[in-house]
Amino acid sequence: MKVEEMNIDEKIGEVGDILSEHEKTRGVLIHALHQIQEENGYLPEDVLKRLSGKLDIALSEVYSVASFYKMFHFKPRGKKVVKVCLGTACYVRGSKKVLSALEKEFQVKNGETTEDLALTLETVGCVGCCGLAPVSTINEEVVGEIIGEKKMQHFVQIIKTD
Amino acid sequence: MQKLNTIEELKKLREVLVQEVFNPGKNMVKVCCGLPCNTLGSHKVADALKDEARKTGIEVEIVKTGCQGLCQKGPIMRAEPYGFYYQKVNVEHAHEVISTTYTTGTPVRELAFRESFLEEPTAIWDEVPFYKKQQKIALRNTGNIDPFDIQHYLGVGGYGAIEKMFSSMSPEQVLEEVRKANLRGRGGAGFPAGVKWAHAKRAPGSIKMVIANGDEGDPGAFMDRSIMEGDPHSLLEGMLICAYAIDAHYGFIYVRHEYPLAIKTLKNAIKQAEALGLMGKNILGTGFDFTVHIRQGAGAFVCGEATSLVASLEGKRGFPHARPPRVSEPGGGPWGYPSNLNNVETFSCVPPIIEKGSDWFLNIGTSGSSGTKVFSLAGKVKNTGLVEVPMGITLREIVFDIGGGIHEDKKFKAVQTGGPSGGCIPEKFLDLPVDFDSLRKVGSIMGSGGMVVMDEDDCMVDVAKFFLSFTQAESCGKCPPCRIGTYQMLQILEKITSGQGEKGDIERLEALGKLVQRGSLCGLGQSAPNPVLTTIKHFREEYEEHIFDKYCRSTVCNLGLFVIVEEECILCGLCKEACAFDAVKETRRSFFIDRDYCTRCKACYTVCPTNAVKIVRTMFERLEEELEIPIERLEVIEKRRRTALKDILETKPSKILSIHKDRTITDAVRIMTEKNVSGVFVVDDNNSLLSLFTERDIAQAVFQGISFDQTLWSIVQMRQIITFDPSAEISTAISIASRNRIRHLPVVEEGRIIGMITFRDLVSYLLPEIFYMATRE
Repeated sequence: MKVEEMNIDEKIGEVGDILSEHEKTRGVLIHALHQIQEENGYLPEDVLKRLSGKLDIALSEVYSVASFYKMFHFKPRGKKVVKVCLGTACYVRGSKKVLSALEKEFQVKNGETTEDLALTLETVGCVGCCGLAPVSTINEEVVGEIIGEKKMQHFVQIIKTD
Repeated sequence: MQKLNTIEELKKLREVLVQEVFNPGKNMVKVCCGLPCNTLGSHKVADALKDEARKTGIEVEIVKTGCQGLCQKGPIMRAEPYGFYYQKVNVEHAHEVISTTYTTGTPVRELAFRESFLEEPTAIWDEVPFYKKQQKIALRNTGNIDPFDIQHYLGVGGYGAIEKMFSSMSPEQVLEEVRKANLRGRGGAGFPAGVKWAHAKRAPGSIKMVIANGDEGDPGAFMDRSIMEGDPHSLLEGMLICAYAIDAHYGFIYVRHEYPLAIKTLKNAIKQAEALGLMGKNILGTGFDFTVHIRQGAGAFVCGEATSLVASLEGKRGFPHARPPRVSEPGGGPWGYPSNLNNVETFSCVPPIIEKGSDWFLNIGTSGSSGTKVFSLAGKVKNTGLVEVPMGITLREIVFDIGGGIHEDKKFKAVQTGGPSGGCIPEKFLDLPVDFDSLRKVGSIMGSGGMVVMDEDDCMVDVAKFFLSFTQAESCGKCPPCRIGTYQMLQILEKITSGQGEKGDIERLEALGKLVQRGSLCGLGQSAPNPVLTTIKHFREEYEEHIFDKYCRSTVCNLGLFVIVEEECILCGLCKEACAFDAVKETRRSFFIDRDYCTRCKACYTVCPTNAVKIVRTMFERLEEELEIPIERLEVIEKRRRTALKDILETKPSKILSIHKDRTITDAVRIMTEKNVSGVFVVDDNNSLLSLFTERDIAQAVFQGISFDQTLWSIVQMRQIITFDPSAEISTAISIASRNRIRHLPVVEEGRIIGMITFRDLVSYLLPEIFYMATRE
């Protein structure tokens, strides 16, 4: 997406009719951030600068919003983002073990990215797939019932293969 | 399809579709494509079924529906018109499902539900125990229709409520119906929706909004997701009814970013509804406008709170603000417009209420809480999944009848309801009827409906720590009591679970918890201490065990004493291999764990094939059992272990026997015999200690043929001497003495000899009980 070409009126929808110009640009900010992240994998500084110019919102304000939400990242991320669910159901069924096994296998800590940008390891509150606890996600794909050595190895294999 | 311009046209279309889409005799396989089943490959199964139907020429429609509930057994499906239930279907089963079901009309036996291998399978959907006690209102269509096709929703009678509403009801009547039905907010707090709507309706101003809260952040809850993904139109219809009642023209659905499928489904649903003229401008020619927008969250739990959600909608940081103004008042809603905010589940309960009337709804559930509630049943139960039950059902029915009991038939311990804002309910309240008020009475809340079952293997302190670490991390940081208080509470819990707990910690947690509740602005902080406070209330003994006995009965926390029970040990040696710290020692006939080396990593515990490695409270408990020593005396032992060497010296005669280094061995032997002692101090001219002369030296002299006329010095001069400070603890002294294989402990303070302690002194000082027991027999 070209930040400069973004159509604010279209993004905000019908509700834009009752909003002031500033309210409209504010209203699309989070949406725009989502899109930037979707395209780049993270929020690059130069794009945020251009966004700040386009929406007429101070760069510090843009950062203030972006840094509040956990979903937004300011650093490049791995090709595969593995999220281990630490929701209640997964937790009581042993997702801590999954996390530590992955940390050991790929030599990264929770929240870090491998040096070759192949993998980012993260945890997530709940992916809403509690019936199959413990679950993890690889990008958008969900892998469930990772219990025991065998399943764990299988899971690692899935991560490693492209 | 063509845009509908009048209510009459909607009526006609619905009549046609009810006949066409869900004709009772029609062959149809409804494959669950909810997220869990999808993970297990239900899309592939559905495609395989389609292929199979085409190949065999049997006329079967394959419908991909939303979540059907029993996620654990996925992929599941329902074969109509017979109402057969199939579970764990994979691609290879496709042929059987199609040909057996639709040529013979009998179920595929191996895909039917069964509790265990020994029991008769249940193939009829309504007879499966998981579904038997359920009653569906909010989930009435979820798992029954294709969420991507508005015709399906119309085909099951959808949009009938707005047809009735637009043709025969005034906004006031709609509001009155909802108020009378006593529909309470399904998001957690249980505030009556009718009252909320009336509030928003009364607010001054011509521009109002309707907001659906789909920011389902509670770990362990997935009701809203199932509705948004499985039956998006019922949410839209509910919002439209609300908009009509309060005269709002703009609607927002705030959805978590973690639910991409829900966003996709909703977008599609809105597009279809707008194309049909059921949303947008001039709905059904009535002149009523209502447009719905989707807004995505970005991973902030606090945005589930009304005022934070509004801030996030406006594109700001999701900070809550003080109320008033409430969201329903001017200045409280998005951009200051008064708005009505309800949970997704609440909205989807509205259409049936309008269609069937409030009396019908009031007849379901309890007097204070009418209707049904959706729970996501998860944790240690056999059947996990999505259930909808009438209010007033007991926890026991949910856990044991619907959930099928505890996983692996372990012992039930607690049910956690309400996620991180709720609490843990112990076994004694299992027969509690579940509704908003009863749960509050026992210190928990209904919450959004997460229900996580825990068994004996779950440590309640650890669970409390888990929830608190969640809320601590999610605290937005605006109110210091919440930001700092939860952190401090978490530190105390960390301390307790790592064995560093001390007296007063429980009281500190309680005091802090109450402070955080009182001093926080929004629901997150006000409810964050709940998991800790309820577990303290109901499971205080577990906290005490962690603090005072350094023991975790569920063996979750790395606490307690690791022992190998000899009778159960098969000497396989796996524990020794597994131990990274060489704490498992081998003797000729057994293995044992050295406490000094053990880090309690549980490697041996998990690897043992016969469960011979046990985690026990402390050594004292074993002594108590085996020696029948009363507990008060054990405390005496513990105290004695901590005493210093000088305490022992005080109980002994204070005489010090020393001998000059130039005297002969014969002299020393004579003195020792006369005084009946096993060793003497060897000193120099200044009476300062050089060494010890003990019985062992005599034996050595005899063996090496050293003349007894030699001086003592000639024997002891080569030897290093280990001395002890009088303040040294007995335990330290014993370990040093054992390591160096000495039996005589010279006690020296600043070069001055104070006395000598032998191992016999230690034994008689430390274990008078043993002597007592021996003499009693």
